[in-house]
Amino acid sequence: MSKKKIETEKISWEYAAAPESASHIDIKEKYDHFIDGKFEKPSSGKYFDSINPATEQKIASIAEGNSKDVEKAVIAARNAYDNVWLVMPASERAKYLFRIARLIQEKAREFAVIESLDGGKPIRESRDIDIPLAAAHFFYYAGWADKLEYAFPNRKPTALGVVGQIIPWNFPLLMAAWKIAPALACGNTVVLKPAETTSLTALKLAELIQESGLPDGVVNIITGDGKVGAEIVGHKGIDKIAFTGSTEVGKIIQKTVARTEKKVTLELGGKAANIVFEDAPIDQAVEGIINGIYFNQGHVCCAGSRLFVQESIKEIFIKKLKDRMETLIIGNPLDKNTDIGAINSKSQLETIQGYIDLGKREGFELFQSSCKLPKEGYFIKPTLFSDVAQSSRLAKEEIFGPVLAVQTFRTVDEVIEKANNTPYGLSAGVWTDKGSKIFNLTSRLRAGVVWANTYNKFDPTSPFGGYKESGFGREGGIHGLSAYLKFD
Amino acid sequence: MKLKKSLIIPDFTKSPSIDQVGIIERATRFQTRSIKNESKIQALKMVLSMIDLTTLEGKDTIGKVNQMCYKAQHLHDEYAGLPTVAAVCVYPSMVGIAKAAVKGSGVKVASVSTAFPSGQAPLSTKLDDTKFALDQGADEIDMVISRGKYHQGEYNFVFDEIAEIKALCGAQARLKVILETGEIGTLDDVRRASDIAIYAGADFIKTSTGKIGSAASIPVTLTMLYAIKDYYHKTGNMIGMKPAGGISTSKLAIHYLVMVKEILGDAWLSNKWFRFGASSLANDVLLQLEKQRTGNYQSKDYISID
Repeated sequence: MSKKKIETEKISWEYAAAPESASHIDIKEKYDHFIDGKFEKPSSGKYFDSINPATEQKIASIAEGNSKDVEKAVIAARNAYDNVWLVMPASERAKYLFRIARLIQEKAREFAVIESLDGGKPIRESRDIDIPLAAAHFFYYAGWADKLEYAFPNRKPTALGVVGQIIPWNFPLLMAAWKIAPALACGNTVVLKPAETTSLTALKLAELIQESGLPDGVVNIITGDGKVGAEIVGHKGIDKIAFTGSTEVGKIIQKTVARTEKKVTLELGGKAANIVFEDAPIDQAVEGIINGIYFNQGHVCCAGSRLFVQESIKEIFIKKLKDRMETLIIGNPLDKNTDIGAINSKSQLETIQGYIDLGKREGFELFQSSCKLPKEGYFIKPTLFSDVAQSSRLAKEEIFGPVLAVQTFRTVDEVIEKANNTPYGLSAGVWTDKGSKIFNLTSRLRAGVVWANTYNKFDPTSPFGGYKESGFGREGGIHGLSAYLKFD
Repeated sequence: MKLKKSLIIPDFTKSPSIDQVGIIERATRFQTRSIKNESKIQALKMVLSMIDLTTLEGKDTIGKVNQMCYKAQHLHDEYAGLPTVAAVCVYPSMVGIAKAAVKGSGVKVASVSTAFPSGQAPLSTKLDDTKFALDQGADEIDMVISRGKYHQGEYNFVFDEIAEIKALCGAQARLKVILETGEIGTLDDVRRASDIAIYAGADFIKTSTGKIGSAASIPVTLTMLYAIKDYYHKTGNMIGMKPAGGISTSKLAIHYLVMVKEILGDAWLSNKWFRFGASSLANDVLLQLEKQRTGNYQSKDYISID
C-alpha cells in the first residue's frame, strides 16, 4: 500500500466568549426571611454574605436566622395550615401550584442566571436542566393535588401538617421544587431552609410565591446555616422533616427525631457505580460516564463516581475518556459554552483538593485535562484516577466533586459484589447492549435508581431515593406523595 | 529486513454497536454551542472553503456547469478575501467541461460514479464509469456502495467493490464512498458500512447521494466520525468526512464544524478532511457574512443564485 503523505494545515478555531447577559436580573442588596407572606428582618439583626464562587465577589447579604425566626415561621405555617390551606378545596390548591409553575417558566431566564451566579453551575445546565425541571415538578404535583384518593385507592390520605424542609446547595431551586411542590399538593404547609451558600433562588422563589397570591404562611423560608436547620429539626410544632444533604447530617437528624412523632425522609450521599461491559456502545458509554461524574462539577449525590470497566476494554475506554475530558470547556459559568463551572464554595474546593492529594499520595495514576483554569474563583480540573483499589478511600468516600475513580472487573458477579460493597446505595449505571444483562443487574444492584445505557436522567414522574446510608423515603412520582401524607 | 505493518481487516459483523438515544443526546450538545463574533466569521469562511458545489441533474448542460464553476471561484466578489469552494461535483459526462472551467483556480473537480445514485449495475459498468471520469481528469471520485448487497449481508462484496474502485483511482483521485445512510438503516448499520468503506480504502466517507428523502443529519454524521476516530486511533491514518444533502443553513453548518472539532480535533478542520455536499448552503453563508460585516441582513437578490 503506497502511503501518500498529505500534509495538514495548522488550523486553530476557538470559540469566542458567549456570556449570557446578566443585565436583566434583579437582585436586591439585602434579603430577609420570608415569613407569613412578607419579608421580615432577622431577629438577630445579622446578615451573612452570599458569594459568587466564580469571582469570589459578594452578590448579596442574606438574613441569618435563629430560633426566634424559626418559631415565627412555624406559627405562621401552622396558622395557614389550620385556617386556610387545609380547608381549601384541593382543586383550588392545585391552581396555585399551576400558577407557580407557569411563573417559573416565565422567569426561567432570570432564575437560570441567578442560579449560575450564586452556585457556580454552568448556564447550560441551569437553563436546560435545573429551571425547566423545577417548573415540571410544580406542574406534575399540581395535577395530583385533587386526585390523591386515586393515587392511594381505599386508603384515605390526609395531610401531615407543618413540614420542615432543609435543602442542599447543589441544585438550589430544583431541590426547593422537589420539596415544596409535593408538600403543598398534599395539603401541608412549609418551613424551608436553603443552604447558606445558595439562598438566592429560594428567595427569588419567595418573591414569585408572593406574586402568585399563594395564601400567607403556606410557604415560609428561613435562611442561615446548620444551626437554623437544627432549630427546624428540633421544633415541636413541625410534623415532618424532609432533608437532602450529607449522610453525616442525616444521621444527626435521625437521632434528634428518634424520640418524637415526627416523620422523616432523608436523601443523603452516594458513591454510585457506573458499570461498563465490553459489549456496551462504547462511545455513548464514554459520554455517559463523563456526564455521570462531571455534571454540575460532580456536586451530585447520585454522581457516577466509581467507574467499573470490564478489563478487556480498559485501555481503549480510558483513552477515550481522557480524549473526551480534553474537550470539556471549564470556566465562566455564565458562558453558554462552558461545560464545567465553579466549585460551589471554598470549603468544598479544599475537600476535593484533599481527596486529589490523597489519590496522588496513594500512588494511583492521575489524569487531569490540560485546560487552563481561570485565575479567580474556585475551579478544579476534571480529574480521573485509574486502577483505584476497592479498599482505597477514593473508592469508598463521597467526594462530591469532579473526581472519577476507575476500577476494572472480570465477571458479572464480581462487579455486582463490588458495586454493592459500599455503605451507600443511591444510584447506579449499567452499560451493555444486552437487555438480559441489564435486567440481571438492575434486580441485583442495591441502589434506589439504576440507569441503563444513560445516566443522570430526572423526571418528576420517576421516584428517587436511596438504600442504606443514602437515606430512605422517595421523592418524585406517586411515591413522592406518600412522604407527605398519612393514611387512616 | 523491516516488516511492513499490515492492516488487519476486522470482522464487520462485530462493528461497535451504537446507542441511538446516546448519539442523539450528544448531537444535541453540539447544537447548544454558541458561536459568536470572530469565531463565527472564521467558521463561515471555513464552511465556504469546504463546500463541494454540486449539480447532479438529468438536465445538466454545459451552460449550467460553466455557470456553477464560475460561481465556485467567485462566490461573492463584493466581499474581499473570500475563499473559493473546495470542489465542484458533477456527473462523469461533465467532468471535462468542469475541469476546463476551474483550471488554475485550485478548485477540484469531483465526479460521482459507479452508476450513481442507485449503484445497481455490474462491476464492469461501475469500473468503466469511473475510468471515464478519471480519463476526463476528475480529481475526486464520489462512488456509491451497493446497498442491496449490504442488506443481503454480503459485506465482502461491498468491500471488494470499493477496493476495486480505489485501485482504479490510484494516485490520481481521492475516493469518497457514499453510504446512502437513508437506505442503510439503523445507526448500527451506518457504523458497519463506515467501517467497511474505511478498511476497503475510502479517503472520505460520505452520507448521502442527495437523491432520496433522507439525507445527512448530525446523529448520522456523528456515528461516522466515531468510525473515523477509531480507525485513526488504530492506524494513525486520517479519513475525511462529507455530509451531503439537507445542510442549507449557516447555523447548521457551524454545528457540524463544532462536532468535527470536538470529536476529531482541529486537524480535520480543513477541506482536505471535511466537506459539505451542498448547493444552497453557500448563499446562506454569504448572507451571514454580510450580516456580520454590515450589521444588516441583505435581500437575497444581492447574492447570485448559481
